[in-house]
Amino acid sequence: MKRLLLSAAAMALLGGCAAQGGGGAKSASSSKAPAPGMNKGYSHDPFPSTYRAYPGRPTLITNVTVLDGEGGKIEGGQVLFRDGRIVAVGQSLDPAGADVIDGQGKWVTPGIIDVHSHLGDYPSPSVDAHSDGNEATAPITAEVWAEHSVWPQDPGFARALANGGVTTLQILPGSANLMGGRSVTLKNVYARTMQGMKFPGAPYGMKMACGENPKRVYGSKGRMPSTRMGNVAVNRATWAKAAEYRRKWDKYETDGGDAPTRDIQLDTLRGVLSGEILVHNHCYRADEMAIVMDMAKEFGYQVSTFHHAVESYKIADLLKANNVCSAVWADWYGFKMESYDAVNENLAILDHEGACVMIHSDDANGIQRLNQEVAKAMAAGRRAGFQITPEHAWTWLSYNPARALGIAEQTGSLKPGKMADVVLWNGNPFSVYTRPERVWVDGALMYDMNNPKHRPVSDFELGQPGEGDVK
Amino acid sequence: MRGLKAIAVLMATAAALPAAAQDVVITNAKVVIGDGSEPIEGGTVVIRGGRIVSAGRAAAPAGARTIDAGGRWVTPGIVAGFTRMGVVEVDGVRDTDDSSAATSVFNAALDIAPAVNPKASPIAINRAEGITRAVVAPAARGSIFAGQGAVIDLGADMNALTRPRAFQFMEWGETGAQRAGGSRAAAMATLRNALFEAQAYRRNPASYDDRGKDALLTRADAAALVPVLAGQMPLLVHVERASDILTLIELKREFAGLRLVLVGATEGWTVAREIAAAGLPVIASALADLPISFEQLAATQSNIGRLRAAGVTVGIGSINDDEARQARLVKQYAGNLVALSKVPGAAGLSWGQAFATISSLPAEAIGMGAEIGSLRPGRHGDVVIWDGDPLEIGSAATAVFVDGVEQPLVNRQTRLRDRYLDPKEGTLPKAYQY
Repeated sequence: MKRLLLSAAAMALLGGCAAQGGGGAKSASSSKAPAPGMNKGYSHDPFPSTYRAYPGRPTLITNVTVLDGEGGKIEGGQVLFRDGRIVAVGQSLDPAGADVIDGQGKWVTPGIIDVHSHLGDYPSPSVDAHSDGNEATAPITAEVWAEHSVWPQDPGFARALANGGVTTLQILPGSANLMGGRSVTLKNVYARTMQGMKFPGAPYGMKMACGENPKRVYGSKGRMPSTRMGNVAVNRATWAKAAEYRRKWDKYETDGGDAPTRDIQLDTLRGVLSGEILVHNHCYRADEMAIVMDMAKEFGYQVSTFHHAVESYKIADLLKANNVCSAVWADWYGFKMESYDAVNENLAILDHEGACVMIHSDDANGIQRLNQEVAKAMAAGRRAGFQITPEHAWTWLSYNPARALGIAEQTGSLKPGKMADVVLWNGNPFSVYTRPERVWVDGALMYDMNNPKHRPVSDFELGQPGEGDVK
Repeated sequence: MRGLKAIAVLMATAAALPAAAQDVVITNAKVVIGDGSEPIEGGTVVIRGGRIVSAGRAAAPAGARTIDAGGRWVTPGIVAGFTRMGVVEVDGVRDTDDSSAATSVFNAALDIAPAVNPKASPIAINRAEGITRAVVAPAARGSIFAGQGAVIDLGADMNALTRPRAFQFMEWGETGAQRAGGSRAAAMATLRNALFEAQAYRRNPASYDDRGKDALLTRADAAALVPVLAGQMPLLVHVERASDILTLIELKREFAGLRLVLVGATEGWTVAREIAAAGLPVIASALADLPISFEQLAATQSNIGRLRAAGVTVGIGSINDDEARQARLVKQYAGNLVALSKVPGAAGLSWGQAFATISSLPAEAIGMGAEIGSLRPGRHGDVVIWDGDPLEIGSAATAVFVDGVEQPLVNRQTRLRDRYLDPKEGTLPKAYQY
């Protein structure tokens, strides 16, 4: 709306100028449109979040093992939250006014954050009519936004909450394209609209992909890219265009004058170049990641995270030096050529080298057991000789993904003032025998294992066989 | 330096590999029989001539190689209930994928056995994690019939086939409808026609060619279905929707000889009594809980627990679930079913029952319970020693025996790990470190 008004104002001024029937350079200069101000030339948030935390009760959980998400652990600990926020974590907190839950033998952690999901974009049921994750019609589609495909009735959100303890997730476009479009970060709370799930204030991401997928998809259509070198060439040509677009808009927003032609695709790339939008880059092979990091330097952007990153372990030192995170699976391998060199120790080797690393799912089933995926990665690392504590391993499940998403100030650990995104597990969450018992999002109880009415049932499952089952 | 140490370890491991079956006695073990019973502390397992002689509290005989398990878990090797292991190297590389044959003129006659490559890397990777046998099914592409599957061992030798032509595999439900031409009705017509033609072939093989193209089934396919008709070969059927399961049960009235085994059976729990009454075993997905298709609307992780409670023989398989590579995950799946028993309203399994779903029960489902899947006397000498509870995440197999032969646990993943434990290059490129 603001942008429309600005355009109208600019048009009026231009019209006025034309009506004067020419004039010298001086008069043109004096009638120049005023500068809208940096990043104010058009709305950067045209589909704003309408998410509101549900009401919660002040709650004190006692007698639990607490993993705070930032590497801290308290045995016999307590967690207190109120008004949607963590108040304190400790051992002798004041229970005044709070519901007290005795969690003897149980564990409390921050809610799990999945940095790589396609829930909503590739929902259940997986029918063609729901296949909304890849705009596979051109290799560069930075103009598409995953949020415009999110179906908020995907039953997968409920499974991720109740079985997985997932409270926040990033929905990414697929990897058919070199630049697949914008991602969106959601709170895992059902709503009637995508906006109702949208994580307030989370930066956008942009999905990029290297390797086999783009070259296969477009090579098979007889067009560029059909090779890995083609992948890089198309990317570089696009970044060069984006740099030019950015210069024009920066100049206009600073100096005023004629507004440059708006290009929705290049808006996204401008956002990346200015650091407002974070790059999430699907990439498997070590050699390709190294090339991408140099390409990023060439054009002046930063890769937030390589996703899948099956060969990250081979260049852990390089990733650390470039300050790029890896989001990995515990043990996926061999489903395609570029996943052939997977090792179970990928995560542990990266962590040992001091590189930023986290678990991710990319899967509607895997998202239900990310804690178990980390347990596998932790065990593999220990067998390889690395010392890894459970409290450290939890950073791979909440704090590191929060950093990769640019929301670590708001969530991802149990620090006072942060969102009360909390899971009470009925045992050690790194055991196969443990399940989420209760899950709170912003301090509101959203799942209770012991209350059959306190689990979400999406519109799609209403009136179907198995409605409201434990799943 | 660490790299050099890793190399030394590898060489020592390679040198220590026994070449042939030994008589082996494992003492001081927490023995799991695999038949649904709970573990036995302080037990002994005796393997002789490649077969299990005894497992339990019997005294250890003298004269054999004796391993003191130090109180650790000793179990039968894991039986992967439904896989495509050994017939695919890399899913995305078509040349390495022998699981299906979309343009073949044959269907039921296709025999997966010659496609099995004992050197396929998923075999070594799964072996290292305690999987010793696998049900290997072809995939249906050009017909509802995929062909004849095999049961294999995961030993590090060139003889993988335990039982070739162990079963016929068929797609039903949505996929079957698609393969048959577009509807469930077409799938039924295809199936009944094929079985009638197989009956004709059985009556008089010599005259089968006279039926010409009207048979809609090649001679080889008809011949392959004869043992299915007679119940000499089980017919594994991938089916998910409750009504499709009931259709198959009904079909058994017409073709009484069929030995049906349901594969998948996501909605099986809703017709569990009917499945039990028909005596059909099931190889199910353990944790499929999403309505991923309209034939799986009732999906729940409680499916196996509820089927079992109704008296159905049910084991775990990897149905459309990385089945060429990730059979090793069935241990984790079984553990999750134990966890489920603590969730009100869910149906989980006891530990012993859960372990049986990845050992004796899949073996029994395909009629091989007397051969594999437990430590009962006479079974193949497939035994695993673990460093912890085998269903718990993070436990590892420390020794794996197939037919009494101790197996190497090294594979290209462990080799890559050892090369890159320290990722930085040293005085020579990584390519020189092996």
